[in-house]
Parts: sequence; C-alpha cells; structure tokens
Amino acid sequence: MITTTNKEEIAIIKEQDVVPMRNRVRDYGVKVGMSILNQTKLITAASELVRNLLKYGGGGRVIVEEVTNGRDKGVRLTFIDNGPGIVNIELAMKDGYSTGKSLGLGLPGTKRLVNEFDIKTEMGVGTTVTIIKWKNG
Amino acid sequence: MQNNVLTGLNDHESKLNSIWMQLLLERGATDGATEEEESKEFTALFLEALNQGGNSDNLNSHAFEKLYDLLSGISISRAKRGFSPRETAQYMISFRDAASQILSEIAKDPAVLFAANLELNAVLDNLIIMNFESYVRGREDVISRQTDEISEISTPVIRVWDGVVALPIIGTLDSSRTQIVMENLLQQIVDTESSIAILDISGVPAVDSLVAQHLIKTVSATRLMGAECIISGIRPEIAQTVVHLGIDLTGIITKATLASALQTAFEMLQLSVVKRK
Amino acid sequence: MERIPILKMGDFLLVTIQVDLYDQLAENLESDLINTINKHNSRGVLIDISAVSIIDSFMGRILGNIAVMAKIMDAQTVVVGMQPAVAITLVELGLSLNGVISALNVEKGMDLLRAKMYNGDNEGQIDDNDDE
Repeated sequence: MITTTNKEEIAIIKEQDVVPMRNRVRDYGVKVGMSILNQTKLITAASELVRNLLKYGGGGRVIVEEVTNGRDKGVRLTFIDNGPGIVNIELAMKDGYSTGKSLGLGLPGTKRLVNEFDIKTEMGVGTTVTIIKWKNG
Repeated sequence: MQNNVLTGLNDHESKLNSIWMQLLLERGATDGATEEEESKEFTALFLEALNQGGNSDNLNSHAFEKLYDLLSGISISRAKRGFSPRETAQYMISFRDAASQILSEIAKDPAVLFAANLELNAVLDNLIIMNFESYVRGREDVISRQTDEISEISTPVIRVWDGVVALPIIGTLDSSRTQIVMENLLQQIVDTESSIAILDISGVPAVDSLVAQHLIKTVSATRLMGAECIISGIRPEIAQTVVHLGIDLTGIITKATLASALQTAFEMLQLSVVKRK
Repeated sequence: MERIPILKMGDFLLVTIQVDLYDQLAENLESDLINTINKHNSRGVLIDISAVSIIDSFMGRILGNIAVMAKIMDAQTVVVGMQPAVAITLVELGLSLNGVISALNVEKGMDLLRAKMYNGDNEGQIDDNDDE
C-alpha cells in the first residue's frame, strides 16, 4: 500500500512555469534521499510530461507527493490536464510515434525512466498521467 | 487477566533458568554458555513484567517494554550468529515448556493449573511472534548489508594508463547492476579525464540479449560524454551466442582480451610500447 | 526575453549554458547561434553543458539541430562536459544524439575542433585520435 507523507500542487500555465516545477521535483527527490542519477531520470520524465501537458492539454496542474510503500520512499507526480484527450493510447505508447514536433519518444521513453507509469484519458475531458520513482528504483 | 499462580514462578527463578537451559541443550538450540547470561536476564525481566501487572490483557503495556527490547536484541544477534529458524523458535518454546513444568509442580488443583497455563501461553505466544519477527529483521539486515557490499566490491574502476580506465565485470549483469556500473564508469571518466574506457566481460557467465542491451547502453552513454568504450573479454561461446541470438554489436569496438583492448587504446592515443634494446 | 550569451573566440564560438533550459530558451539559442555563425563566418562551435542538470528529448533535438545546421554552414559543433547522470538518462530515454560530437571538457573539445578544422573528414570522437 502506498501512503502519502507530503503533498503540494503546482499550476502550469506557461512555459516558464516548467523550471520552478522541475526544482520542486528535485527538492522532493533530495528529501527522500534519491541518487543524482535517479533525480535526473525523474526530472527528465517530469519535463517530458509537462511539455505534453502544455502542448496538447493547454496547461494544467502537477501534484507532487512524497510517498512510501513501507520498504522504500519515493516521489509520485500526477499531471492533470483538461485537454482533448489522446485518441489512441496504444499508438501513443509506441516508440517513434508523435503527433507534435518532438522526436516521438515522449511517452515510452518517459516510462523507461520511472518505476511506475499510469495514463488515463477521456475524450473531451482530459488526460491524467501518474508516475512514481522509488528512491532505490 | 492477573494470575496468582503465574507470579508463583518468582520463587523458582533459578530452577526455571536451569530447566530452560537444559531443554535448549537437549534440543540443540543454543551455543551454550554465551547465551546463559542474557537468558537469565530474560527470565528476570519476564518475572519483573508479571510483577508489574503485565498480563495477557495488556501485552502492549509499559510493563513489557524492557522485556521486548531484550528479546528483539537476542533474536537479532541469533540471526547474525547464523541460528536456523527452528533453533530460534525453540528458544521461546523451551522457555514456555520450562515454565509450564514448574507450574505443574506448584499448582495442585487441575483447574488452577489449566488457567495458569492458558495465561502463560497467551503471554508467550506474543513473545514467540516478536522473537520471530526480530529474527527475520536480523536476517534482512545481513542480506541488505551483503548486497551493498557485493555491488560495491564488484564494480572497481581501474586506471590502467593515463587517459584509459578499465572496469572488469564479474557476475551477472542485470539492470540495477548495469546502472551502478555505468554510474561508476562515467564518474571515473570525468574524474580522471580519460578518453577511453575498457569494459571487460571475461567474468560475465552469459550474454543474452538483455545483457547485450545493457552493454550497448553503457557504450552509448560513454560516447555521449565524449569518450570511447571498448568491450573486451569476448569468449568464443559468447561470440557464438551473440550471433545465434541475432544481437547486433557492430557499432561497438569489441576485443577478445583485455590486452588487445589496451593495445587498441594505445593506438587511439597514438602511443606505442617498444622493447628496450 | 532571456538569452544565452554566445562568445566569439577567433574562428570559434563558445556557448556556456549556465541556466536551466526551457523550450523557448533552447529555441532562441538555436536561432541566435546559427545567425552568429553566419555573421562571423565561424568554423566551429563549442557548447559547454557541464552546468546543465537535465536534457530531455526537446533539448536533445535542439542540440542535434544545431549540429546539423552548423554543419551545412561549414561549422563543426562539439558538445562538452555532459554530466554522467544526463548521459545515462538520455540513453535510457532512447536518445543517442546522432550527429552530435562530444568531448569530456572544454580543453579536449577545443583540441577536437582544431583537429577537425585541419582534416575536415575526421569523424572520430577522441581528441588525441587525429589521422596524422
């Protein structure tokens, strides 16, 4: 069972909001004792997801949480947007697929950087992506 | 529930100890004299807990605190000294048997004896569980310490020449190990400003597609940093499996031995080793 | 608008990225750098990313773009000082920055640029490895 020990919410409206968000994620990573490498992986994943949130979701919010599963501590990030949703999730999760002007490794690449990855999307309602990186993951 | 017969054990403390030690010896569940002192202390604290009003209704009360601390200490030290789970369980079971034996001597009335045993078991069951929990925790400590040690000693980065570092890998290369190997190797490249890294896999028992994937990742990361990575120690059977599995290693510089990898490194650095006349 | 400074050193341009990048900043760097190459007719570009703590797919793409665009304008790009954690993360992400040449530090990067200027087709990545 995963329990939350600390939590905050960051609004993402414009591109400049990305840098302070990354710094907050780093603070949480440091707080749970993550190595530099795991911090870097987590922040890079966050950076990819927040771009999707701005580009396809027209902005939204990020919930940053310090979590524990009893054995290990970690950081959970939830990216919530109210955009149009993703038409074909399976396709979006394939390496090399992209609708925007990125390299098309956004989602599958991001999944490889974290320990847990969950995506929920509903047409016309929005998309929610949740990731967890464990301290020793 | 307070039980007067149980506090009767107070008068038989030394007898309780000797029967307990006797049972442990018979059952092969002790390493002898070293444990006698702490076992005596255990008995003393057990009786003290009962005298302070500890009973089966208040197993988490203050009266039991010292007893629990001592027991978990004993169990953890038993785990570290290599006792088996059976021997660990016997430690508390033998104590119960010893106490129960004395109870049957001091209580004549079967109904009183039954009630006393019931109460004894209720208290002891809790102690047995704690005993075991602490034992497992002790074992886990040992395992995690060994794991840390293995990952530390198994990824030594050796500076073989000015500008050349080597990392011999011994044992299986899984993803968590690869991450440690990569981190160490890349950090050493930065620290020593080495432009060539040699990854020797002579000590890796088998190379499957996953291991190959990890090797390719390590080489890519090294190149991104601006250094070159040579993989050495490719044994004949490894070359065979790599080809049979259809793994593509063509983008990587591979050498059969560490010596030929070093030779290649020298060539890249435009160095030559000559024999003195 | 925030901009990353570009220094001219003879035939080379030196860019030291000291701040955390966001997309717009990286895009500005791309266009500024290409314009500066054109203005000074530069032969080489050295991008120092030793202070950059994360590079994601977008910034990686910008670095690749800069290298390719500079190449078309006959300038060689070398990226120096990538942090180990950044390199591992890029590989894990599936980004190999094809076309980008890297070096461990500014000094080695300079040597590499000079070597490349005087024998234009050298594709090796090791500074000491010129074909002479």
